[in-house]
Amino acid sequence: MQQNHHEETIPGSMWTLAVGVLVTVISLWVGKNLSWTMPEQASLQAPLVDNLFDILITIGTALFLLTDGAIIYALIKFRHRPGDETDAAPIKGNLPLEIFWTAIPAIIVIFLGIYSTDVFREMGGLEPPGHHMGGSHSEMAQVMTAPDPDNESSKYGVGAAPDKQNVPADLQVKVTGLQFAWLFNYPEAGIMSGELHVPVGKEVKLELVATDVLHAFWVPQFRIKQDVMPGKPSQMRFVATKTGVFPIVCAELCGSYHGGMRSKIYVHTQEEYDAWLEENAIAAKNQDAVETVAVNTQDLSDEEFLAPYSSDLGIDRDTLSEIKSLASAITETAYQ
Amino acid sequence: MTQTKPSQITVAGSVENTHANNGHSHPEKWEWYHYFWYNTDHKVIGIQYIVTAFMFYLIGGLMAMAIRIELFTPDVDFLSPEVYNAFMTNHGTIMIFYWIVPSAIGGFGNFLVPLMVGAKDMAYPNLNAIAFWLNPLAGAFLIGSFFFGGSQTGWTAYPPLSIITANTAQSLWILSIVCVGTSSILGSLNFVITTWKLKVPTMKWTQLPLFCWAILATSLLALVSTPVLAAGLILLLFDINFGTGFFRPEMGGDVVVYQHLFWFYSHPAVYLMILPIFGIMSEVVPVHSRKPIFGYMAIVYSSMAICAVGLIVWVHHMFTSGTPGWMRMFFTITTLLVAVPTGVKIFSWVGTMWGGKIRYTCAMLFAVGLLLMFVVGGIGGVTLGNAPFDLHVHDSYYVVGHFHYVLFGGSVFGIYAGIYHWFPKMTGKMLDERLGRAHFLLTFIGTNLTFFPMHILGLQGMPRRVALYDPQFAELNQLVTYGSMILGLSLFPFLVNVIWSWVAGEDAPDNPWEALTLEWQTTSPPAIENFDEDPIVTHGPYDYGIVKLNRTPAEVSE
Repeated sequence: MQQNHHEETIPGSMWTLAVGVLVTVISLWVGKNLSWTMPEQASLQAPLVDNLFDILITIGTALFLLTDGAIIYALIKFRHRPGDETDAAPIKGNLPLEIFWTAIPAIIVIFLGIYSTDVFREMGGLEPPGHHMGGSHSEMAQVMTAPDPDNESSKYGVGAAPDKQNVPADLQVKVTGLQFAWLFNYPEAGIMSGELHVPVGKEVKLELVATDVLHAFWVPQFRIKQDVMPGKPSQMRFVATKTGVFPIVCAELCGSYHGGMRSKIYVHTQEEYDAWLEENAIAAKNQDAVETVAVNTQDLSDEEFLAPYSSDLGIDRDTLSEIKSLASAITETAYQ
Repeated sequence: MTQTKPSQITVAGSVENTHANNGHSHPEKWEWYHYFWYNTDHKVIGIQYIVTAFMFYLIGGLMAMAIRIELFTPDVDFLSPEVYNAFMTNHGTIMIFYWIVPSAIGGFGNFLVPLMVGAKDMAYPNLNAIAFWLNPLAGAFLIGSFFFGGSQTGWTAYPPLSIITANTAQSLWILSIVCVGTSSILGSLNFVITTWKLKVPTMKWTQLPLFCWAILATSLLALVSTPVLAAGLILLLFDINFGTGFFRPEMGGDVVVYQHLFWFYSHPAVYLMILPIFGIMSEVVPVHSRKPIFGYMAIVYSSMAICAVGLIVWVHHMFTSGTPGWMRMFFTITTLLVAVPTGVKIFSWVGTMWGGKIRYTCAMLFAVGLLLMFVVGGIGGVTLGNAPFDLHVHDSYYVVGHFHYVLFGGSVFGIYAGIYHWFPKMTGKMLDERLGRAHFLLTFIGTNLTFFPMHILGLQGMPRRVALYDPQFAELNQLVTYGSMILGLSLFPFLVNVIWSWVAGEDAPDNPWEALTLEWQTTSPPAIENFDEDPIVTHGPYDYGIVKLNRTPAEVSE
C-alpha cells in the first residue's frame, strides 16, 4: 500500500516501487517460512489450516511493515527540531486517500471471508449443521435412517469433507470428557480405553460428550478443536495422515487440574491397529470391563500422567478404575 | 458560583438548579481529604476513578506476577491449582472491570468530557458520584470472595463449572460484576446526556473533541450491551443458589445460552476498553505532532461503525462451542469487517503524524508505542477472526498473546499516554520526563517480551488457563516470565514519578502542551466549576497551524 507515500513530494515512483518490492518479498518469505511455529501436520485438515495461516500472515506482515514502517519513518523525518516554535502545515485530510485506505482493507477482508468460508467447507466445518439446522422433517427422517443413529451428535463440530459427506466413517469412537480425563469407548469392539487408537488414512468420527463440565478436545497436530459439552453432543471427523503419537489436550477450563487433562492419540498402521484391537477385544471379553482397564497396559501411562499430582488428587489405580467404570456407565446412559 | 447568564441554554441552568436543590455548596478549592469522600465534582470523581482503578491495577498485576512465577516451570510448584485458577480469574476480572474500564471511561471520561464541552459539571452530578461509589462496593465483594476461595472459573464463568465450583466466592463475584455493570450503565447515561445537552452552544458538533465522540460511542455501546450481561449473571446466580436450572444440563438447561448472553456484552466490552483509548489517541497525537487531526469525520464515523459492527461479532468467541457451521461463517465475516474502521483510525493517526513536527514527550511516546503494537494485535485479531484458523488456536496462548497486545499494548499504553498528557491539568504539577522515558522503555520492551512469545506457544499447542503444562513449552514460558518481571519493574519509575511530582513537582502552566481543546483554556488544575464564564468556541479543537497561539518563552514541551 503506497498511501503513506502519497502526500510526500521527494521520493519518486522508483522509491515507492523499491519499498513495494521489498515489502512484498519479505512478506512472502515470512509467509512461506512459518512451519517452525506450528507442530507437524498429521491430518487432512492441517495443511488447509496452515495454508490459510500462511496467507493471513503474508498479508499481515505486509500491513505491519508498511504501517509500522511509516510510523517509524514519520517519527524520524518529522521530528520536532530544537528552536522551531511553529506548528506544522495544517493538512486536515485527503478524501481520495481516506477512501483508498478504507476500500483496500475492505476488499482484503471480503476476499479473506470468502476464502475462509471455502477452507472451512473443505475441512468439513459446514457439513454437520448446514444440512440439519434448517432442514425439513423429511430430511431429519432420512438422517434417522442413516447408519448413524445419533443424529443429535451431528449438530456441532467438524464433519466430513465435502467429498465424503454421504460416506459413513470407517471408525466411530465415543469420547467422554470428565474432570480430568478422557475416555474412549469403541462400541463395536467393546473396548474402553484412556487413550485413543486410530488407523492411519481412515475416516474417523469421534462422538463427543461431557459428563460434568465443559471440556474441549484438541489435537494440535490435527489443527482442530471442538468443545465437549454436557447435554449437547458434538462430533469431530478427521483422517490422520501420519503414524505416531500425538497429544490430546483439553482446551476449555474445566477445574483445578485442567492443565493436567492430557491424553494421547496413537495413529497406527492398519496392521498395528488391528493387532491392538484384537488384543484389547479379547481382554475385554475374558475379563470384567473394569478390570480390563485396571490391568491393561494403557493405564500405565495413565498412572504416569497422574503421578505428579496423584497425592494431591488422591487418585491412584483403584480410584482411576472406579472413575472409569462409573464413566462407562454414564457414557452408556449419555448415548441412550 | 457564577450566575448563569440569560443567554445560556436552559440545561446549563438546570445544573445550577440541581446544585441549589441539594443545598450544595463547596469551598474555594478541594483539599486532599475531599478526594476520600462523597463528592459530586466530575473532576474529583474522575481522579477518584483513576486512583482507585490504579490500586486494582497493582493488585491485578501482582496476581499476574504470581501466575508467571508458577508458569516458570511446567509443574505445579508455587501456587496450588485452586489458587492459581483464582488468581487467573481475578487477574482478568480486575484488569477489565476494575482497571481499564473504570480508568478509561470513568476516570478520563469524567474528568475530561465536561471540560471539553465547556460545561460546569456532568448533567447528573449525584448520579455520577453514586456510579463511582458502586466501585468500592464491588471491590469489597471481590476481595470478600477471596475469603471463600475466590472465583476459579475464569472471567467468563462458564457453567456448569461455575455452578459447581466455590459457590460462595462465585456468588460474590457475580454480585461484584453486577455492581460495576450498574455503575457503567449509570455513568454511560450521564455521558450521553452531558454531551448532548451541556455542550456550549457555540461549539458545533463538528468541533466536538474526538475524545467526547469516543465516549459517546462507548456509552451507547455500554447501554445496549451491559444489561444483557447482568441478565446472564443473575440467571447464573439463581442456578448456583436457588435451585433453578437455566444452565444446568441435567435439568434441561442449556450451557451454550449462557455463552451467548455473556459474549453479547463481553465482546462489546472489548470496545468499551479500546474506544475511549482511541479517543485519548485522537487528542494526544495531534497536540504533540503540532498538526490537525487527519480525517476528523472519518474518525467519528469509524467510532460509530465499530460501535455498530461490534454488536454483531460476539460468536467469534464461540467458534469451537455449540455453534452451527453457518453461524461460525457469518460471524467470521462480521468479525473481519471490524478491521476496516479500526484500520481507518490507525491510518488517520499515522496521517496526523505525517508532515508534523513531532515532539517526543512521554505522552507521545506511549501513543506511538500503542500504534506500533496495536497493529500487531490487530493483525493477530484478524487471523483469529477466521473460524478455520481459530479451530486450531482457540483457547490457546495465541489468544492470550493477542488480547494482551490490544489490552496492554493498546489500552494500558493509552491510559499511560493519557496520564502523561493530562497529569498537569489534573494536578497542576508537571511529571518528570526522564523518569517517564525510563518507564516507557521498560514497559515497551517488557510488553513485547511477555506477549509476543505467547503467540508461538499457542500455535505449538499450549492451552490457556493451565497451571501445569507440557515440558516442551518450558523455554518460551521462561522468556515470558522474564518479560513479565520487566513489566513489574517498569512500574517503579512511574510510581516514583507520580508520587514525587504530585507532592513536590514543578507547577504546571495552564497549557503546557499548547493545546487547543477547552480543558487547556482554564487553570491547572481547573477551578471547581471549570470556567469563570461559558467559553466561546471560535475554532476547531485541532486547528494547529491555523490558530496563532500565545506562546510564552518559558514553556518547554520536551
